[in-house]
Amino acid sequence: MDFFPLLNSIRIALISTIAVFFLGIFFAYHISRANKVIKGFLDVFLTLPLVLPPTVVGYLIIRILGPNHPIGIFFQDLFGIKLVMVWWSAIFATVIISFPLMYRTVRGAFEAFDETLAYSGQTLGLSNTFIFWRIRMPYCRQGILAGTVLAFARALGEFGATIMIAGYIPGNTATIATTVYQYWRINNDEMALRWVIINIAISAVVLLAVNMLEKRNLTIRTKNAV
Amino acid sequence: MALVVDIKKTLPNFNLEVAFEATREKMALLGTSGSGKSMTLKCIAGIEKPAAGKIVLDGQILFDSNKGIDLPPQKRQVGYLFQQYALFPNMTVEENIACGTRQMGWIKRQKAVAAMVERMKLGGQEKKRPAELSGGQQQRVALARILINNPKLLMLDEPFSALDSHLRWQLELELIEVLESYGGTSLLVSHKQDEVYRLSDSVCVLNDGYAERKKPVRDLFEAPSTLSECLILGLKNISRARAIDDYTVDAIDWGARLSTNNVVPTCISHVVVKEDDLVFANGVVSNNITCMINQVIDDVTSTVVMLTTPGGGNGDSRLQIRVPKTYGASLNRSERLRLHIAPSKVMLVSQAK
Repeated sequence: MDFFPLLNSIRIALISTIAVFFLGIFFAYHISRANKVIKGFLDVFLTLPLVLPPTVVGYLIIRILGPNHPIGIFFQDLFGIKLVMVWWSAIFATVIISFPLMYRTVRGAFEAFDETLAYSGQTLGLSNTFIFWRIRMPYCRQGILAGTVLAFARALGEFGATIMIAGYIPGNTATIATTVYQYWRINNDEMALRWVIINIAISAVVLLAVNMLEKRNLTIRTKNAV
Repeated sequence: MALVVDIKKTLPNFNLEVAFEATREKMALLGTSGSGKSMTLKCIAGIEKPAAGKIVLDGQILFDSNKGIDLPPQKRQVGYLFQQYALFPNMTVEENIACGTRQMGWIKRQKAVAAMVERMKLGGQEKKRPAELSGGQQQRVALARILINNPKLLMLDEPFSALDSHLRWQLELELIEVLESYGGTSLLVSHKQDEVYRLSDSVCVLNDGYAERKKPVRDLFEAPSTLSECLILGLKNISRARAIDDYTVDAIDWGARLSTNNVVPTCISHVVVKEDDLVFANGVVSNNITCMINQVIDDVTSTVVMLTTPGGGNGDSRLQIRVPKTYGASLNRSERLRLHIAPSKVMLVSQAK
């Protein structure tokens, strides 16, 4: 059996998650400290991909990166690269769509941090760097991990925007989701079912990981309420 | 360990204006919630910044708005025990206590932590996380972490407010021992006057951000001099007053003229009487107040009697006394009583800042 879709889906999800990991933490940290106006506006803007249909997001991305549009033309002319219809085009889609999950989860973790812990560290003489890495980050660690896992799961399961940007080219841009769609279209039930089961298995493992992390996070939080 | 504080800060609900000095004593800030007590501690610790003023500890200037000095909290050597202790949840007891040791070398640190664990009776708990400890153990770890480096000042922010009464008493007894052995200047913040009475030598009453003059604890309880001090002590029998001569006042709300033993100050605004000092007249004719019973309330060990003073200027004015339960059972609404106050027990109070 050709396992290309599996490998392709996983590499897209991994690369996408690494990008979203850093982007998510960066924005979550700075926006949680921003003033109300900036916070409100940016929050809506950055969360939008979560509530838009993936096909809408896909359409918007094509309008910016497509071969008939400014940025697409720029890259075509200058570097000879096509931004769409290659395997890594899907990464644009997965990053934009999974970013809100990481961002919101991590921001929640940062805002749930009890600032008194930082104050107490300061009065004890601990440096601000020590407080950030040894007290603030560990406290938010569960939230960061949970956000990462959620983003990975979402990237793995992306379909709507992916099929528009990267299309379905067997051995080149095919992912698990687009492969199932294709097998369904040509009435190959047996193959479709195989991929469905593979996808369910991976998703189940990912969700299990999220649940375990959430539970540990909750226990630490409630035990702290003296 | 002399502490000098003189700060001002404008806040949404009130204006903070606190000034006092304390030397090697157990001092308290007594006030209701929202009166600025925690904000004062945060300013002293360097977590918040006053708008103007100065804070000096042991000769070292921590903050001075005129000279542009504002030391970061790390350099102030002020111990701050937070209300919820703020123990670091991801570290063990040992690691938490070790956080208090700043520049010590590794060997010295291990020794200091071990000695502190011993002193605070935390033996056997070293590897546990804060979530696994009892309330008392958590307080001891929090104190250990602070005391391990001999801070110049120890501040305690309402140390018992989140606890039930049994645990509260136990922890209070432990804290008394800790304060005795610490021996430096300590600043306790509380809204409970009985705690302040037991745990401190001197006190400043805080009201809406304004700190009254610091005075010995006994003086505050025996002879409060301002209206806000009376209110924080829970005194209920208060009447507006006007001076008639050096030893007589007109208690306007009670409709009574009262002789006093103490000279009546010109700025007098109210008279106050403790519940216990309001007695039945029984034949005495001077310093009496005529009252009518409004409510009789059965309490745990006595009976509370609420009275109105028909002869007084303020229809809402109430007096409150306590009587033995057996006597209380025989009292009825609308009965008239005459109460007497001995001249030595009439407390004269001014509202002036």
